[in-house]
Amino acid sequence: MANVFTRIGDWVTERAPGMMPAYRKHMTEYYAPKNFNFWYYFGSLALLVLVNQIVTGIFLTMFYKPGAATAFDSVEYIMRDVDWGWLIRYMHSTGASMFFLVVYLHMFRGLMYGSYKKPRELVWLLGMLIFLTLMAEGFMGYVLPWGNMSFWGAKVIISLFGAIPWIGDTLVQWIMGDYNPADATLNRFFALHVIALPLVLLLLVVLHIAALHEVGSSNPDGVEIKKKKDASGVPLDGIRFHPYYTVKDLFGVGFFLILCAFIIFFQPTLGGWFLEPDNFIPANSLVTPAEIKPVWYFTPFYAILRVIPSKGLGVLAMFASIILLFLVPWLDRGAVKSIRYRGRGYKIALGLFTVTFLLFGAIGAGKSGEWIPAIFGANADVSGIEMHFGWFLLAIYFGFFAFLYVYTAFGYEKTKPVPDRVTTHA
Amino acid sequence: MLKNMIIKSLVIAAALFAGTAGAEEGAALENAQSRVGNIASVQSGARLYFNYCSGCHSLKYVSYSQLADDLHLSRDDVLRNFAFSGAKIGDQVLTNMPGDNAKAWFGNTPPDLSLEARAKGPDWIYTYLKSFYLDPSRPTGWNNTVFPSVAMPNVLWELQGPQRAVMSTAKPGEESHVVRLEPASPGKLSAGQFDEAARDLTTFLDYAGEPAKLKREAMGVWVVLYLALFTFLAWLLKHEYWKDVH
Repeated sequence: MANVFTRIGDWVTERAPGMMPAYRKHMTEYYAPKNFNFWYYFGSLALLVLVNQIVTGIFLTMFYKPGAATAFDSVEYIMRDVDWGWLIRYMHSTGASMFFLVVYLHMFRGLMYGSYKKPRELVWLLGMLIFLTLMAEGFMGYVLPWGNMSFWGAKVIISLFGAIPWIGDTLVQWIMGDYNPADATLNRFFALHVIALPLVLLLLVVLHIAALHEVGSSNPDGVEIKKKKDASGVPLDGIRFHPYYTVKDLFGVGFFLILCAFIIFFQPTLGGWFLEPDNFIPANSLVTPAEIKPVWYFTPFYAILRVIPSKGLGVLAMFASIILLFLVPWLDRGAVKSIRYRGRGYKIALGLFTVTFLLFGAIGAGKSGEWIPAIFGANADVSGIEMHFGWFLLAIYFGFFAFLYVYTAFGYEKTKPVPDRVTTHA
Repeated sequence: MLKNMIIKSLVIAAALFAGTAGAEEGAALENAQSRVGNIASVQSGARLYFNYCSGCHSLKYVSYSQLADDLHLSRDDVLRNFAFSGAKIGDQVLTNMPGDNAKAWFGNTPPDLSLEARAKGPDWIYTYLKSFYLDPSRPTGWNNTVFPSVAMPNVLWELQGPQRAVMSTAKPGEESHVVRLEPASPGKLSAGQFDEAARDLTTFLDYAGEPAKLKREAMGVWVVLYLALFTFLAWLLKHEYWKDVH
């Protein structure tokens, strides 16, 4: 038998001589730092969720019927009458939320350990483009079940483009293909969600990994392992990606899947956070949900919109809050990558930034209506307090980027000495 | 001022981490303790549903055959007890009441209830069923504390016995509101028995909202156990491979 496989292998190698070298370059001879910690699981997990979304998505499209008159019924058909349809749908809906969860943690890792710094700026930029595409993908996917929150969410988000001067209103109609989110909107979002954006995502993911493998992975110490190599040119602190990190990531995958399975089988709506109650009501242009809010992964950005009374400024601030993340590699002028050896200022700033992001998430999810009366008494002016507190948070959010530049460009940061070699490994 | 705000933001941050998720309504809802795993409760809820609700409310995403299979009932029993005359076993659970008439009678077409438990939550349904009270100012003579000015009359009144509202005394600048409900006259069931009936009915609608609930939790236990074993083996494998990493 082995002989047959060897012969097949030889046959292929003869005709595609570049294949094995490519495999070695990206797997067995890709040397990754040996000190990856917990935060380094989320890249491979994001890839796993992407595959899950594509596979479950393919099966969903076999039964889903795009169209304002058919979409909602077809989703219920999948949930009730299609064999295992409920499982496939929950895997897809849970996958969407988990995708954002792992991507947010992956990005946080980048900020913590300076993964965006030279020579990895391109890796970060491609990652940010993935995040942006993922947001479009998630938004359009959320519209497809054509529940009432799908409809109103689509209406609110698309109308943001109306804030653009001159062309705004025309642009909104052009996007929707109607005066309201309607059949035409649903069909084009379906096309974009299942074909266009997944292709873009896959391409960007390939480029993201290719760019990473050109420069090599960073690590929690922020040490460039390529600077210290043995006689044969292998980094002293590097280990082969396969098998070392494939088996380690396999463990991470198992742990992650337990968490996912727990949600899928026991809490598929996660108390309304992953699947919202209002989306079990069919789309109705005459009945507005009590509170229009996006799914949790958009709420931090939605909150920025919510706390700025002017629509134009709100939209501008919301886009700026994302665009600024693209610029982080150039705003941060510090030479030290890892938070382990950075100045105290950066640690505090990143901590505040993270808490602000979470608080924005809570505001965008409409938690103010619960928390403000709980803290300030039943007669508190909820929207007033929310707005002023929101401005305070806005100052921290945008202040983070300004601080990052001033702190590092003018030499205020007092860093600790970075070791020559990585310090820890699992 | 700034210090004040920082303190407030810290308090809110603390609330964030202590915060709990869940759908909330204005009025406090009672815990329905819905029990889809208890097939007797689902069956009893189905019986109540087809006696008291199905005249007006459809369950268009549910079919009679699915009810028979899921509730462990024979197809004949389901057709005889639940279906309207002439319905076939594969039909959807619809109502015989023409929508136009309903609108004329109640001012509203009674909604389909297939997804009621998913949209409103079991606790809402349970509390709603228990919160009707006599209100002569309403066209049907009934009102509800969970759903004020509801168009639906209290179809379960003979089981529960009618309730009347104890109103607060009106103060200047404030209308009187319902303080609590108390029984006006006894029903066929005791308060405890009626709670059980409302719970069964809620359980049935919970099932109807997501029939997969009957199997997914039981299945989930095995999936999680399998994944735990897989993760353990993966950990052993990782441990073995990483022995040569120093």
